[in-house]
Amino acid sequence: MGSRASTLLRDEELEEIKKETGFSHSQITRLYSRFTSLDKGENGTLSREDFQRIPELAINPLGDRIINAFFPEGEDQVNFRGFMRTLAHFRPIEDNEKSKDVNGPEPLNSRSNKLHFAFRLYDLDKDDKISRDELLQGKAQLLPVEDRGGRLGQCKVLRMMVGVNISDEQLGSIADRTIQEADQDGDSAISFTEFVKVLEKVDVEQKMSIRFLH
Amino acid sequence: MFLLLPFDNLIVSLLGISLTVLFTLLLVFIIVPAIFGVSFGIRKLYMKTLLKIFAWATLRMERGAKENHHQLYKPYTNGIIAKDPTSLEEEIKEIRRSGSSKALDNTPEFELSDIFYFCRKGMETIMDDEVTKRFSAEELESWNLLSRTNYNFHYISLRLTVLWGLGVLIRYCFLLPLRFKEFLSKHVHLMCYRICVRALTAIITYHDRKNRPRDGGICVANHTSPIDVIILASDGYYAMVGQVHGGLMGVIQRAMVKACPHVWFERSEVKDRHLVARRLTEHVQDKSKLPILIFPEGTCINNTSVMMFKKGSFEIGATVYPVAIKYDPQFGDAFYNSSKYGMMTYLLRMMTSWAIVCSVWYLPPMTRQAEEDAVQFANRVKSAIARQGGLVDLLWDGGLKREKVKDTFKEEQQKLYSKMIVGNHEDRSRS
Repeated sequence: MGSRASTLLRDEELEEIKKETGFSHSQITRLYSRFTSLDKGENGTLSREDFQRIPELAINPLGDRIINAFFPEGEDQVNFRGFMRTLAHFRPIEDNEKSKDVNGPEPLNSRSNKLHFAFRLYDLDKDDKISRDELLQGKAQLLPVEDRGGRLGQCKVLRMMVGVNISDEQLGSIADRTIQEADQDGDSAISFTEFVKVLEKVDVEQKMSIRFLH
Repeated sequence: MFLLLPFDNLIVSLLGISLTVLFTLLLVFIIVPAIFGVSFGIRKLYMKTLLKIFAWATLRMERGAKENHHQLYKPYTNGIIAKDPTSLEEEIKEIRRSGSSKALDNTPEFELSDIFYFCRKGMETIMDDEVTKRFSAEELESWNLLSRTNYNFHYISLRLTVLWGLGVLIRYCFLLPLRFKEFLSKHVHLMCYRICVRALTAIITYHDRKNRPRDGGICVANHTSPIDVIILASDGYYAMVGQVHGGLMGVIQRAMVKACPHVWFERSEVKDRHLVARRLTEHVQDKSKLPILIFPEGTCINNTSVMMFKKGSFEIGATVYPVAIKYDPQFGDAFYNSSKYGMMTYLLRMMTSWAIVCSVWYLPPMTRQAEEDAVQFANRVKSAIARQGGLVDLLWDGGLKREKVKDTFKEEQQKLYSKMIVGNHEDRSRS
């Protein structure tokens, strides 16, 4: 880890991030140290290559989609604020937060926002709907193709998860069944509301949270 | 002007006496013991004093931090997040179970919630992964008065600053020139290595010396820095195998070849594993030749783990003598981060550390069993070294320091997940 941990992170910035994300002082410092150790170019931002240098992330079938979640539309660099904002989705929900007043903005790690994060992993063209095309693609030969806009053009999510091990027909029927089960308004696509309905019993709070040791 | 003359004489003679004293001291305390392999307890005392000072310095910093109502940055070696060691199958089944009220054998092949597993795993590795942290210097829990290892700069009080300044003064003005002189004067191999060891104020503890490598064998050790070579070679004769370096290392390598048969390779030749294997086999079969010293990790790792051993040296069929080397990072981090520092910078850092403290364990010799192949043998040796040195045993390739991970690993993950989906499908079609 870098030896520049808390020397470059100003107190005001730390307070702002604390307010926005809900992480504690020490957690933010630790993640800042992590951020700087990933930042090989030492320019205060991370690029996609910086993420891909993590071997355990590179072998994750959805690695590229996860990396994409960090970068806002059309951008190639993410700064520490953006980094923390994305990571904040995975902060565990504490009991005292559940009864907070509804007047403030919804915290980044709420159940709804966690589900939204997962929904965005599926929704390639960002039209707020998961369609059949986004789950799979016709061709068996696939390599992820990234255009400058930061979206993955050719590779579809289901195909990414299974690689070349399942045929197109099988995958197609899986996708059709999934959409059929979830679709309620008959538009052959899954909207966010339908997505939430399908997953209403899943323990999202626990499955999409990462616990800090300290 | 006349008054200066007697003073001149006085000063000159004083200077002369002090220089002679200094050189005699050097001779008596450093060079002579090096020749005879005897040591004094001075270095052990030095180490004990340093430890006491470090503990005091850390306490002062903690007090300073408390006064300002801030928290100290404390690095944790066990990672910062809690990771579940459950497998892909177990996790996904659990997610599905919590989400659906259907009976298990009616579980469909694919669920929208499956993505949660990959998503969380990916995020966990972004926050803290097992591999990339092995390629940077280890973090210490207490400060050792070296600014390069300090993350809590603003909590240092005046007293600590004075102490730190004193430390800098001692290290740069006293220890460094002393060591530099030693470094220049070297003659015979063993004596020269021993001088190097003293030059770096290396305090090495050798364990189980009865297991020292013998002729015709291969000595394998975990790799942290070029100093590993000096440490091992000062306790025995070895033939080196390694890659030809340019610059200072190259000069040293060429000098060494003149005295002893070593096997140096070009990096391009290293890729031709058969050539390497053939040369090594030839060397090993000649029983009179010195044991070969090899570092199978292929690159320097930061001494908190042992990474994948390349199988080449384990295919040859000679007796393997494993050696575990563990440095104590409190006195000076010996890890050579070749992608960050050059050789000269590294040497300077080594010479301005407090000391190099390490333990060397000679493990009992191992040979390849009939039913295991080279890779399994390599892993067995690696586990033994990791266990002895108290290091984490990793399957990851040290080459990941410079290169990207192979796609085959991702394909394995995909295959595993596909089996989950397709496997269920087959069951359904049968019923």
